Amino acid sequence: MSDEDFIRIDRVTKRFGNVVAVDDANLSIRRGEFFSLLGPSGCGKTTLLRMIAGFEFPTQGELYVEGARITDTPPHLRPSNMVFQSYAIFPHLDVFDNIAYGLRRARLKKTELAARVNDALAMIKLEGFGARRVDELSGGQRQRVALARALVCRPKVLLLDEPLGALDKRLRESMQIELRQLQKSVGITFVFVTHDQEEALSMSDRIAVMSSGKILQVAAPRLLYEEPNCREVADFIGTINFFDGKVLAPDTVDAGPIGTVHAATADSPGGKTLVALRPEKIVLAADPVPGAIRGKVIATAYLGERSHYTVAIPGREEPIAVSGQNAEKIVAKGHSPGDTVYLSWADGAAVLLPCD
Amino acid sequence: MRTGAGRGGVGLLAYAIFYLGFLYVPVLFLPLFSFNDSVFITFPIAGFTTQWYRQMLEDSAMLRALANSLEVGAITAVLSTILGLLAAKALTRYRVPGGNALLAFTSLPLFIPDIVLGISILILLNTLGVPLSLITVIAGHSLICVPFAITVLMSRFDGFDKSLEEASLDLGENGWMTFWRVTYPLALPGIISSLLLTFIVSFDEFLIAYFLAGSDATLPIYIWGQLRFPYKLPAVLALGALILVASTILVVIAEWVRSHGMKDRHKMVGA
Ligand SMILES: Nc1ncnc2c1ncn2[C@@H]1O[C@H](COP(=O)(O)OP(=O)(O)O)[C@@H](O)[C@H]1O
Ligand SMILES: [Mg+2]
Repeated sequence: MSDEDFIRIDRVTKRFGNVVAVDDANLSIRRGEFFSLLGPSGCGKTTLLRMIAGFEFPTQGELYVEGARITDTPPHLRPSNMVFQSYAIFPHLDVFDNIAYGLRRARLKKTELAARVNDALAMIKLEGFGARRVDELSGGQRQRVALARALVCRPKVLLLDEPLGALDKRLRESMQIELRQLQKSVGITFVFVTHDQEEALSMSDRIAVMSSGKILQVAAPRLLYEEPNCREVADFIGTINFFDGKVLAPDTVDAGPIGTVHAATADSPGGKTLVALRPEKIVLAADPVPGAIRGKVIATAYLGERSHYTVAIPGREEPIAVSGQNAEKIVAKGHSPGDTVYLSWADGAAVLLPCD
Repeated sequence: MRTGAGRGGVGLLAYAIFYLGFLYVPVLFLPLFSFNDSVFITFPIAGFTTQWYRQMLEDSAMLRALANSLEVGAITAVLSTILGLLAAKALTRYRVPGGNALLAFTSLPLFIPDIVLGISILILLNTLGVPLSLITVIAGHSLICVPFAITVLMSRFDGFDKSLEEASLDLGENGWMTFWRVTYPLALPGIISSLLLTFIVSFDEFLIAYFLAGSDATLPIYIWGQLRFPYKLPAVLALGALILVASTILVVIAEWVRSHGMKDRHKMVGA
């Protein structure tokens, strides 16, 4: 077994009656990486995570951790621990006993047990909270206790099911950073479930994008954003404009109203393809630029550090989304609805995707 | 508005006093006449005595009946609570096919008149040739007590998050230890309520016991038998007064456990 295949999900399918929750999933997760399962609600993320934890068993396929088959191992014998979406803090135990729960079986000496729990409390910045009742904790504190309770067992894999979902935006953002730092310092492999693409992009080493039970693409955040492998992934991660294209030559595509686009394609001339262009790759100018496409601003949205523009171009019904950094103050300047603008982009800014 | 509410309040208060009086004054006659120095239960009160309590303690048949009832009640309570616990856990935790029908079916004994149940069981036991004894009473009582246990325990299980048990498994405990360390402590208030409730239901049950008891009388059967002899009645009153005190204590404990349980149920739901 190599570090590449630390966790291996081999052709796993899970059906609930007629519902196919996970559909023939293949995945290799590396040792020590922060790996995210990203996808819209109901796409099977939780089901896949619960199969790794041992709460669900695959209808077909096999699961391995460190090369050992765990497909039918019961949850209490697996080398993973989980942070539940509801946190699942034991209401009848105080904070100390919650964190110590998984250590009681290890028959540690009392002093060592206390030391490990106190270390865990320090790790989550809740020193001195050991004797607190859990109903006295805030949502963020409960989340930390759930994290400490799992990490104190020193698992090989930590599974997290939308752990930040219940927190407000501020706390969520600071926890994202903290969680990421924590993962780097403990060096444990994290498998993190989220439906929030920004969260996944900012935290993960690699991301698997899921849709209707299928894994569409597995890649590092930057690659996923810049080089999506299909329309669904491109659409789910960020905003993107699609144009129907016709292949003219191995590196030239006719994209209709926006002219020809240069990008490598495997399709033979005459074939159809999908041209995808991110809003921030498009440059807007008030004055004509050679090779630019003329358009008209329909709407603008000022978002502080950047602005979003909706631009109509001749020969295309659907307007184009453009976003621009507000590098200069735009109190007086800036494009307003009704203005004529010129759109251009760098060679290679567009991505070609298969038509589906 | 205020006066209207006030007048309504007075009416309500009068109604409440009348209602509570109607409910409890007859009950209070029990301790009153148990200390009355006369065989006859009539006013005026003749004087204070504790002789009926002494007579009660010397009446070995009555004490035997009391012991029988306590034994039947305790065993019935434990048995029906265990059965109720298993059923409630299955019905709330797993997708039991036809679970609702099953639940309705187990609640059926609540709706069948006890006299019908009593006769049916008696016929069944006779056909099978099972001799009547306290064991058959326990069987009959468990039958009517299980639905109570299921109802009490299911409301308790419904209140707690199933991922708590999963968290325990995830942290390395097996099924039994998870039951012991998570399910049982969280269900404990429900278990205690169920034990008390089923005990009380069994303790004062007359009809089924009457059919199934054979020669060993339970307390209600014994008292029923004593009503023919007026001179024995005061001792029955003394015993009744003691049972009244004991059951008041039990009810207070049960209520305390229940409200305490409610409090940490909020904890569980608020989790
Ligand atoms: N225990 C279950 N029984 C039946 N269907 C289920 C069960 N768990 C999940 N599903 C179904 O499987 C699909 C995937 O669910 P889930 O894994 O929870 O998605 P996600 O976590 O991505 O929102 C959904 O259609 C859901 O309704
Ligand atoms: Mg989910």
